[in-house]
Amino acid sequence: MLRWIRQQLGFDPPHQSDTRTVYVANRFPEHGHYVPQRFADNRIISSKYTVWNFVPKNLFEQFRRIANFYFLIIFLVQLMIDTPTSPVTSGLPLFFVITVTAIKQGYEDWLRHKADNEVNGAPVFVVRSGSLVQTRSKNIRVGDIVRVAKDETFPADLALLSSDRAEGTCHITTASLDGETNLKTHFSVAETSVCQSVSQLEALQAVVECQQPEADLYRFVGRITVTQLGEEIVRPLGPENLLLRGARLKNTKEIFGVAIYTGMESKMALNYKCKSQKRSAVEKSMNTFLIIYLCILLFEAVLSTILKYAWQAEEKWDEPFYNQKTEQEKNSSPILKFISDFLAFLVLYNFIIPISLYVTVEMQKFLGSFFIGWDLDLYHEESDQKAQVNTSDLNEELGQVEYVFTDKTGTLTENEMQFRECSINGTKYREVNGKLVPEGMTEESPDGSTPQLMGEELLFLKAVSLCHTVQISYDQPDCLVGGGDPFSQVNGFSSSHMEYYASSPDEKALVEATKRIGVAFTCSNGETVEIKTFGKSEKYKLLHVLEFDANRRRMSVILQTPSGGQVLFTKGAESAILPFTTSGEIEKTRLHVDEFALKGLRTLVVACRHFRPEEYIDVDRRLNAARTALQQREERLQEAFSYIEKDLHLLGATGVEDKLQDKVQETIEALRLAGIKVWVLTGDKSETAVSVSLSCGHFHRTMNILELLQQRSDNECAEQLRRLARRIKEDNVIQHGLVVDGASLSLALREHEKLFMEVCKNCSAVLCCRMAPLQKAKVVRLLKTSPEKPITLAIGDGANDVSMIQEAHVGIGIMGKEGRQAVRNSDYAIARFKFLAKLLLVHGHFYYIRIATLVQYFFYKNVCFITPQFLYQFFCLFSQQTLYDSVYLTLYNICFTSLPILVYSLFEQLVHPHILQSKPALYRDISKNSLLSFRTFLYWTLLGFCHAFVFFFGSYILMGEDTTLMGNGQILRANRQLMFGNWTFGTLVFTVMVITVTLKLALETHFWTWMNHFVTWGSIAFYFIFSLFYGGIIWPFLHTQDMYFVFVQLLSSGSAWFAIIIIIITCLFPDVVKKVFYRHLQPTSTQKSQSLSIPQEQALSCMESLCCYQHGQSGCSRLARLMEQMTGQCRAGANQCTASSRSNRSWSDTENFYSNDRSILTLSPIESTHC
Amino acid sequence: MATSYNAKDEDGHITVSGPGGGTLRSRKPENTAFKQQRLPAWQPILTAGTVLPAFFIIGLIFIPIGIGLYVTSNNIREFEVDYTGVDVSSPCFNCSQNYSWNSSRPCTCTIPFYLEQPYEGNVYMYYGLSNFYQNHRRYVKSRDDSQLHGDMDSLLTPSKECEPYAFHDKKPIAPCGAIANSMFNDTLELFYNDPNGTKVLVPLANTGIAWFTDKYVKFKNPGGDGANLTAVFQGTSKPVNWLKPVYELDKNSSNNGFINEDFIVWMRTAALPTFRKLYRTIKDAKVIPTLPSGNYTLEVVYNYPVRSFEGRKRMILSTISWMGGKNPFLGIAYVTVGSVCFFLGVVLLVIHHKCGNRNNSADISN
Repeated sequence: MLRWIRQQLGFDPPHQSDTRTVYVANRFPEHGHYVPQRFADNRIISSKYTVWNFVPKNLFEQFRRIANFYFLIIFLVQLMIDTPTSPVTSGLPLFFVITVTAIKQGYEDWLRHKADNEVNGAPVFVVRSGSLVQTRSKNIRVGDIVRVAKDETFPADLALLSSDRAEGTCHITTASLDGETNLKTHFSVAETSVCQSVSQLEALQAVVECQQPEADLYRFVGRITVTQLGEEIVRPLGPENLLLRGARLKNTKEIFGVAIYTGMESKMALNYKCKSQKRSAVEKSMNTFLIIYLCILLFEAVLSTILKYAWQAEEKWDEPFYNQKTEQEKNSSPILKFISDFLAFLVLYNFIIPISLYVTVEMQKFLGSFFIGWDLDLYHEESDQKAQVNTSDLNEELGQVEYVFTDKTGTLTENEMQFRECSINGTKYREVNGKLVPEGMTEESPDGSTPQLMGEELLFLKAVSLCHTVQISYDQPDCLVGGGDPFSQVNGFSSSHMEYYASSPDEKALVEATKRIGVAFTCSNGETVEIKTFGKSEKYKLLHVLEFDANRRRMSVILQTPSGGQVLFTKGAESAILPFTTSGEIEKTRLHVDEFALKGLRTLVVACRHFRPEEYIDVDRRLNAARTALQQREERLQEAFSYIEKDLHLLGATGVEDKLQDKVQETIEALRLAGIKVWVLTGDKSETAVSVSLSCGHFHRTMNILELLQQRSDNECAEQLRRLARRIKEDNVIQHGLVVDGASLSLALREHEKLFMEVCKNCSAVLCCRMAPLQKAKVVRLLKTSPEKPITLAIGDGANDVSMIQEAHVGIGIMGKEGRQAVRNSDYAIARFKFLAKLLLVHGHFYYIRIATLVQYFFYKNVCFITPQFLYQFFCLFSQQTLYDSVYLTLYNICFTSLPILVYSLFEQLVHPHILQSKPALYRDISKNSLLSFRTFLYWTLLGFCHAFVFFFGSYILMGEDTTLMGNGQILRANRQLMFGNWTFGTLVFTVMVITVTLKLALETHFWTWMNHFVTWGSIAFYFIFSLFYGGIIWPFLHTQDMYFVFVQLLSSGSAWFAIIIIIITCLFPDVVKKVFYRHLQPTSTQKSQSLSIPQEQALSCMESLCCYQHGQSGCSRLARLMEQMTGQCRAGANQCTASSRSNRSWSDTENFYSNDRSILTLSPIESTHC
Repeated sequence: MATSYNAKDEDGHITVSGPGGGTLRSRKPENTAFKQQRLPAWQPILTAGTVLPAFFIIGLIFIPIGIGLYVTSNNIREFEVDYTGVDVSSPCFNCSQNYSWNSSRPCTCTIPFYLEQPYEGNVYMYYGLSNFYQNHRRYVKSRDDSQLHGDMDSLLTPSKECEPYAFHDKKPIAPCGAIANSMFNDTLELFYNDPNGTKVLVPLANTGIAWFTDKYVKFKNPGGDGANLTAVFQGTSKPVNWLKPVYELDKNSSNNGFINEDFIVWMRTAALPTFRKLYRTIKDAKVIPTLPSGNYTLEVVYNYPVRSFEGRKRMILSTISWMGGKNPFLGIAYVTVGSVCFFLGVVLLVIHHKCGNRNNSADISN
């Protein structure tokens, strides 16, 4: 604990030395220099708080927020100086806000604790004192030997000691770390790999020395010293020996490893970084508004203070005979008095800054974000995945998106590669039911079931099935263990036992396709590759692999054929291979490849080269020399590769289809109609990307497609850009699409950013191909920081999209096949691209409208609240007398007006979601933060001021002025004329205000569920009940009894009622008129569609919405049932209610979802005429 | 085989989020109206069509109400006389020059006035003060409600809010505070000058002018109802400006001490600097009307100095109606709002007819 505190405070650097020494199985040397080292335990802590530090840490974090800090200051000011309101008035709301936030954060942390405990408590097997002991993951210490079985994840960073294979290798997949799904082989050193049992491990004497933990996943430097028979053998350890926490063991029965880095020191944990806080545009404008209000507050306070002193200059006002100052007041220094007066005014008006705004916004976001996860339309049945919200801070940003950057593979497409066509020796073939059918022939070819494959076809298939880096996973890992076991084929494994793993889905698709056709890749280890050609197995010796790299864009293998010759197979992009081919049907193949690309197929070209024996010797020598070169190994390898990969014989080309996802075209079209510009960023080659863009509707046939491809130099690039800009200007009628590739883009971005942006802005669709992940992020940043500061959204599925997802304002992950990397780093995750339409057009729209109104309304209601108090100062000599009672001041924001706006901001639906989705153009109505523009803000603020003036002066004229406040207490005593005082006046203003402010929200509400009714009318009713109760007794602990019976007396006066009604109507009536006039004279498209959205027969009436409950929603239904019994069954009304609610639902496009939902409890309205 | 083949040009930009995260509970969301945001709802839209009836109804209701209120208010008779004595010609000029509170020799002045119309029913007599800031913060809080509630402890140790009117000569002041100290202490008497020349004293009742709850609950004499007030207030000092101690405010024991209604009325601080407070009621005497038209004389025992802060003092006579005192503004407001509503209703009707159809059929331009 103490150490932990010291570490937290930074006193105690966790690592003193540069290396750590790990004694395997913690067998420390009995003699000699053993320095005990302290390592972190294997506990993963993602939670922020513990039970003990929750209160102080949370408080500290909350008060770092500027608004909370402001209220804390106000509270302290109230404690220190003599202020008009008691500290409770600001202390209680502050306490409320802090508590609610703390509860929310505590809950979230509790969830993290739960997740942590799950991880930390997972069972693991550890070798201790000669036997395998099951323990919890958190108990693993550095130096423990851990056993991991197949398909388990590694509980800590382990150095591989041994596996169940003789050579001590194992396969792992790091999908959850970096998203790569291929199998990777890790090795153990020979000295330890023999220790395949617990007893052997027990005898192992070894020490691992390695660097201290660091975050780089691909770097590990260490050495292991094994003591055998008194002799110390030192072996180097590298990343290929290290099994990272979070990776998964594949294809290997079990392994033993020694824990090197544990817990928070594991590489995975070190890579864990808090996602950078993204702030939404709404929050930014909210902060601007807060500052404006702070200025208003300061202005009011300064003005009041100055006026106070102007007034006080005359003694008859400052200190009339009836109102003498105390000695203390007389003697205090004028400067101090001035300051304290200013502070007192600040306190008096401080409620103009809405204290509960933040907490309401937070609650709204937190609760509101559940709706995304709950949405059935965002649920993908096939993969059983629903939408996932990783941060609720950006809900409203979904309604503001202007640019969508989308990945292609896996996002627009399924990332499910299907081999479709190939071209062999100048002939096109299609795959039909596991057979290759040449072009022009139908499936029902006359020559029947087994078409004879010609030699060239066979060679092509063999090349495809041999030249790759696909790994095989079996249920029984016998092939690899057996090595050259001749029985492995005899024992046989049906294809169902075999599963291919590949880092590239194209390769996997190709190998699977050749297997279907009849050339099956069956077995491979480091030295041999086996294929089965129509049942006959052939064994090839693997001589060299010329790995893929992005520059060459091809990979090759050199094999020794069973007959003894050496052959090179190479495969890669056509631009990378065709130039080096010397024989074969080059021209035809090139045509076919272009044809494939036009169809949107991903193309690869396959070629081979047969070596003469002396040629091979040369090749072998060059390769070995390059590989063992100590200097410039990279260059020399490249040189060797290009020496080898030439004089190729072209075999053919493949076309692999990546199927488009469902409804991609519609979604892109909808986004475009919504005014969102879609950019596709992909790593694919331009031809494929263009054709996919065409097929998914990103590019139209009618579009004028501009190209900025393969620009080599700066000047060339600039010239091309200028040419494009000119072209855009010349024919500005046609829509333009732009294709850029990665290299040209980096050129364009380096020098000609402005010009490039100019061109981009005029293009309705942009396609960037051959993009590196960082380039994707760069493009996003470029747009993000352009002068208009558009809101960007990035959507992708793979680890290569992560940087872009994190860079964009809103990052969306697709739960695809490439691991969960993107999903984890995203703000929202959905299962399919098509869900984006609903997410943006419906959810985004709703959230934006909701939060925009929420923010504006909060400012409005606080202006209404405080301005009368400011005005009152003009009538009480700026003496800081409050207009309202302290309790009202305190409860206004947290009780009387808080719930309706919260419910509104959770349930409001301006337009039916169906309309929103079918008319994407409605999205434009809310673009550019239009509902929080300065104009609307000004409107709401002025409205607040106007209403406040009406409240105050209305009360003043109607009840105040010279006619005095008076009423006739007819309820209590017949016909008495009674006097009202200042508290009654304040209560009148307050009553009018609470009702008006609540009704104003009611006017804004377009979607009245029973909950809206409940909180709206409930709030008003609560105010009345509370006031009656509060004024109804003499409160024993209160210092003054100002409010005693004030409210009752007010209400017992007839003219007060008349005044309340007229003031409310006067306030709201112009607003209604304005709304109606605007709707008729300048309707927005949203408003137009509103009138479409509710045909008369489908709309619920106000009364029905009060009584149509969803069964089991709340206790209200029970209450309602009770009411039903009391009022008698009222079939007619109930039926009507059911009918209308059903018909309301029936026209959604997702009809099938509703079919099993008929459990609506309907009730008759009491007021129904049938009753 | 080699592991470095990497078909996607990954650059290794890797960030691994927290452990244990990402365990998605793959579960189909429930299909409830609540979760799918399909709660049955009323979806009102403010269009000319929907608000038109409301406008006409408001217009049609408000105009008659306004007229009714205005007529009612106009039927209320009200008479006001300023007796501050600012002018030299004013009968109270001499008295107003006398600033002393504690003058033992009361200054009396007589103001004649003429009521043109007879006052019927209950007639109320008010005193009105102007420029008197009863709503000054220092003033408003300068009271001790628990002392006024009859609490013995507070009687002897008044709250410090009462400063500087809490102690006098080391004795606690009862009732303490600035409000009590500055209680209005003019005495007003009304005489009817009979046409036959006799001056008839109009009977004024000094009870029934305070709130019922104030008189019977909020204000209590210390020691309970039957206690001897003189004894109870022993050891306290009268407010500095008062002529008499609190237990001598009235001879009637149910209207004496803290529950004296004049005192209670004064203690309810006014909202605005110009205010009036109920002083007396004139009982609906058997004679009809209560106050016949004719000449009257107001006799003022002038104690309360207001000249120092440019204040004014008035005496008001008023009848009331079912809706309270005279207030023409309420009626005017109702008539105004009602007619504006009606007028806008007509305008909207025109708009509705002209634009309504077009809007409904209009398509949304994409």
